[in-house]
Order: sequence, then C-alpha cells, then structure tokens
Amino acid sequence: MSGFDQNAAAALTSRADAQIWLEAFRDLNRQQWLASHWPDRKTEAWKYTPLTPLAQGDYLRFPTAGKVQIERARYDIPGLDCQRLVFVNGEMMPELCQLSPAREACCVTRFCDADEQQQALITQHLGKIAEATDNPFVALNGSWLEDGVLLQVAADQRIEEPLHIVHMTTPDQQAFSVRQRLLVALDSGAEATVIEHFTSDEARQNSFVTGVSEFKLAAGARLTHYRLHLEEEHNIHIGGVYAQLDRDAHIDSFFLGLGSRLTRLDLRIQHQGAGSHAQLNGIYLSKGTQHIDIHSTVEHEMPQGSTSEVVRGIVDDEAKAVFNGRIHIHPNAQKTLAELSNRNLLLTNTAEVYTKPELEIYADDVRCAHGATVSQIEDLSLYYLQSRGIDRKEAQVMLSFGFINELIGALRHEPLQRLLRPILTQWFGKDSGLTRHLL
Amino acid sequence: MLSIVDLHVRVEGKDILNGLSLEVQAGEVHAIMGPNGSGKSTLGYVLSGREGYEVVSGSATFEGHNLFELDAETRARAGLFLAFQYPVEIPGVSNMEFLKASVDAVREHQGLPPYDAVTFMKLARQQSASVSLPPEFLKRGVNEGFSGGEKKRNEILQMMLLEPKLAILDETDSGLDIDALQVVAEGVNARRSDENAFILVTHYQRLLDYIVPDFVHVLANGRIVKSGGKELALELEEKGYAWLEPEVA
Repeated sequence: MSGFDQNAAAALTSRADAQIWLEAFRDLNRQQWLASHWPDRKTEAWKYTPLTPLAQGDYLRFPTAGKVQIERARYDIPGLDCQRLVFVNGEMMPELCQLSPAREACCVTRFCDADEQQQALITQHLGKIAEATDNPFVALNGSWLEDGVLLQVAADQRIEEPLHIVHMTTPDQQAFSVRQRLLVALDSGAEATVIEHFTSDEARQNSFVTGVSEFKLAAGARLTHYRLHLEEEHNIHIGGVYAQLDRDAHIDSFFLGLGSRLTRLDLRIQHQGAGSHAQLNGIYLSKGTQHIDIHSTVEHEMPQGSTSEVVRGIVDDEAKAVFNGRIHIHPNAQKTLAELSNRNLLLTNTAEVYTKPELEIYADDVRCAHGATVSQIEDLSLYYLQSRGIDRKEAQVMLSFGFINELIGALRHEPLQRLLRPILTQWFGKDSGLTRHLL
Repeated sequence: MLSIVDLHVRVEGKDILNGLSLEVQAGEVHAIMGPNGSGKSTLGYVLSGREGYEVVSGSATFEGHNLFELDAETRARAGLFLAFQYPVEIPGVSNMEFLKASVDAVREHQGLPPYDAVTFMKLARQQSASVSLPPEFLKRGVNEGFSGGEKKRNEILQMMLLEPKLAILDETDSGLDIDALQVVAEGVNARRSDENAFILVTHYQRLLDYIVPDFVHVLANGRIVKSGGKELALELEEKGYAWLEPEVA
C-alpha cells in the first residue's frame, strides 16, 4: 500500500476480533472520515500546516508486535509515585506497567478488558467529547480504534498518585501508524492526575501517531493533566485533547511539544457548567526544519467560568510554529473571565511563527483579554548578563531557557520539573558549554 | 587603573558626553555628582559596554586595555563592574544560576576552575546574608518581583561575589532606606583596599557619609566641571549646582 489518502486510510482496518462492541463506533467514524474534507491550504484550521509529510509517507499499516528492549530511563519519571501503563507502538507492555489493585474508588482499565458497566461508560462518552466532525483526524483515530485506556474515578474520591501513560514508538522495518485513545471520567468531586507521555527510542522513527484524549469532568471534579510530546523528530503526530467541564469543575492542563517533521495538537475545553475553571499552559519548541501546530479552543457556554491560558513558544533555525488560540464566549456565559497569552521567541531570522488569538464574545458582562507577541531576546537582559561576564551566546541560551522555565517552574509535580529541565536543556544545547549553568 | 581622556559619546544621535576626562588609581574612591541629564548613567553604560552608546572620540583605558575594543563580557571578566541604577528583572533565570554563571565566567578568565555547586551555593548564601538578602531570593528569578531595595542588595551581592577591581555604582543609593544604604556602604567599605577602586555616581551627599570618597567630581553637560575632595560634596549639598552656573552653562 502506498500514499496516504482517505480511501486508503479507511481501508486499513483493525483486527477482525477487535472489540465487537466498538464496531459501530468504528463504522461511524469511518464514514465521518470518508465524508470529511482532506485539509489543504484553503482549510482555515490547516492553512499553515501542510500534510505533505503524511501524504507522501507510507504509513498505512499497523506495526507487527515484536519483542523490544526498552530501557527504564526512556519512560521512567524518577521520584514520581504513580500508576503506570506503557505502550510500545500501541501494544501494552504488561511487564513495564505498574498498577494498583483494582478498587471501587478508581479504576484504570484497557478498553479490551472493560466489563459491561465500563463498556457502557465508554460507549456513553467516547466520541461525544472529541467529535469526529470537529477534526478529520479524530474520525480517523476512531475508525482505527481497537483499544484505549479508561480512567474512572468515583464521586468525591481523590487519587493522589498520577496515572502515567507512556506511549513509546520504536522504528519498524516499514513505516506504520499508531493510534491511542484515552477516556477519563471523573465523577462529581473526584480528583486525579494524568500524564500522557509520548516518547520514542533514540533511533530514527518512522511512525505516524494519532493520540486522542477525552476528559469528562462532572460537577466539582478536578483534573491535573500533562501532555508531553517528546517523540523523536522524524515522527509525525496528529492528536488532540478534548475536555468537558461541568459545574465548578477544574482542569489544570499543561502541554509540552517538541517539534517533529509534523506535530499537530488540538486542544478543546468546553465549559458546560457554571463556575468551571481551566488553566491551560503550554510550551512548544521547534528547530531545524520542524513544524509544530497547536490549535486551542475554549468554549464558555455557561456563566461565571474562567480560563487562563499561557502558551510560549521558541522557534529556531528554519523551523515553523503555528499557534491558534480561540476563546468563544456564548451568550449565556455572563461573568466569564478569560485570558489568553501567547508569546513567541524567534532565535533566527529564518524561523517562522504564525500566531492568532481569536476572541468571539456574545455576552456583554465578561472580562476577556488576549495577547500574542513575537519577539527576539531583549537587548537589555542580554547586556545585563554580559555585564556580569557571561558569554553572549551562553546568555542567549539562559534567556531563552528562562522564557519557558517559568512555566516549568509552575508545574505542580516536581518530579516532572526534574524530568523536563534536562530535556529542555538538551534542546538548547548545541554546545554543552552553553548550557552548563542550567540546573 | 582607569584613565578616561576627552571622551565624547553619542546616544541616538544626541551628544551626551562632551570631553569627559577622569583618572582613577587603585585604592581610590571617586564620587560623581551632577544634575539630572548630565551624563552620569551614560558614563557607566559606555564603560561597561552597553550597545547603542557610540564613542565619537576620546579613550578609556582600564588596566592597560583599551576598553572600547573589548565586548561587555570581557570587560566584566577583566574586573570592571557596573551596579545598575535599574537592575533588570529576568523571570525564569534563577538568581543562583545567574550568579554561578557570572562567577564561573570570571574565574575561568582568571584561570581558575568553576565552583562545584555545593561550594558555590554555600558561598552565595553567606554573601547574601551579609547584604541582608534572605536566601529565598537566590531561588527566585533574577530580580523578579524584588523591591527596589532588594534589587540594589542583589547588585551589591553580585559585586561581592565577582570581586571586581573597579566597581561603578550608578545611583545605588537612590530609593534606599537607611538600613539598605548602610548595607550597601558596608559592602563597599569591606571591599575597599589598595587594589580596588570605586566610582560612586550619586545625587546625594547622604551616601558619602557612609562611604567617604577621596575625590568628588561634578559632572555637567557631559564633562567634569569641578573636582575636589570630600568637602565638595558638602558644599554641593548646601548650595546645589547653581553656583557652578558658569561651568554648568
């Protein structure tokens, strides 16, 4: 099979024995995928992100499961007490997983192991939070769906240990596709933390990953969420995170995207109950000839909700980054507070960033602010560091790192800060002499 | 140590320094006073290597080096230090990392190995205690959310860690309460020796009660119009700058 087009992708099917109860879901998504418009330059949401790397690739097969050796250091987050699921090329690696015994309060299960009640819950929410009509790749992900992860937390239960889901890729002889699906359902007053961690081994990768996550937060539920895109740069990832918040629910979400040939992440938060709150922070970094595209949408449908979104990006070399941040205040959403800030740092004259904040307000008693900036390193800060003897190039790296380090410093889980700082330092480290003072 | 001869400097097309000359020997403390807009801050910036300060003519020699041939970081490593009037806030860069990067850069220049992290952190904590800057300020971003006085203490902390030969303090006393002023003065006095020199740029005699200068200069319209001993500062305090009108004009 060659070439990635709609018909060819639709023809790729899951295993015949895969979860019969999901068959209707797959069929519906397949139809929606086939009916969707293949994004091109005239498609507003994809204007700056050509799908050429995908279309030219030969990704239309699923990987053959094989034994792979995975070093613990590739997925471990030292110092983090967690439940962990590890998938390699979409296959779960039971020997690398670490799950607490099943209990009433909290259940982590794979779709393929779901009991009848869980199947009912999955069927109830799956594809209702991330709608296949929103984004063709959500439909594609759904049409290929075979397995997924369900996290369910019962009312008023507070789960301290994060659920760490590792999605790792390793190259196969031929290019291939990996699909992932996550559904988090928090009952009223429940609290949980989820870390989605996409990574690769060190080799040059040849996969197309689609990871779609759906979060349903009932009244007063609180979710802390991290989405880390740390895949090797030859991977393609097109995925999304979709959350629905009921009354007084609270999501605190952070994403980190290191660029690749093509990375596209759609984030959508729907405030469906009054008084819900979303904190959405993110960092994207793109260098070489990488391309990263972040599209975020926040829908305020009910009154008294609030959103604070802070996204920063650094683009180096000839890389490109796209950020589109939309906040939509519906007529009913009075007393909404919403803020969006996107700041970008361009490290070269050839780096490109396309940033577009969008505010659409249909209520008259709201407070909204948005801002987007694209800049270079501030001369005064650079001079200050140089006047203390610090080499100009080293000072540039310190300042660039500082630009995103503020957001890293705000992460609630310190082991994640300790995990990410060295990774980011390496990103800047063309020369270790320049990063020696980044702790 | 520092010899400035007939220095003319232009900023954004405007002449700011117009033939400034100044000799500073090791062991000396010079105070430079003068009305607003006379070029006091420009002097600190041009000596420390800020971009955008165009040297039209004249020279500045520091320890035998032509300063204007060196970039800002090399001047600092050679032992020149400017305490900023308005220290820059750099969120995201930890003060501790910044201090260590600075000190290691200067040490490297001197042929010394970098400090290991533990030794340096201990040293930084000791020194910050001596300028009454609580240790948590070392963990924050550089000057991030510091009050005016805390920023100035942080400048003095940097001076103490970098041990410069020549320190230029640009209105380090402005906006300081008496306690902070004493901290700054103690920092300077502790570093006074036959090998070091200081240039104190100030508006007020008050600082000079704590740091007694060897020389006082009046800078007006971009050049030094009067020099004298410490008593000149008292005279200025009493009479203002108006009596220097012919020179100032």
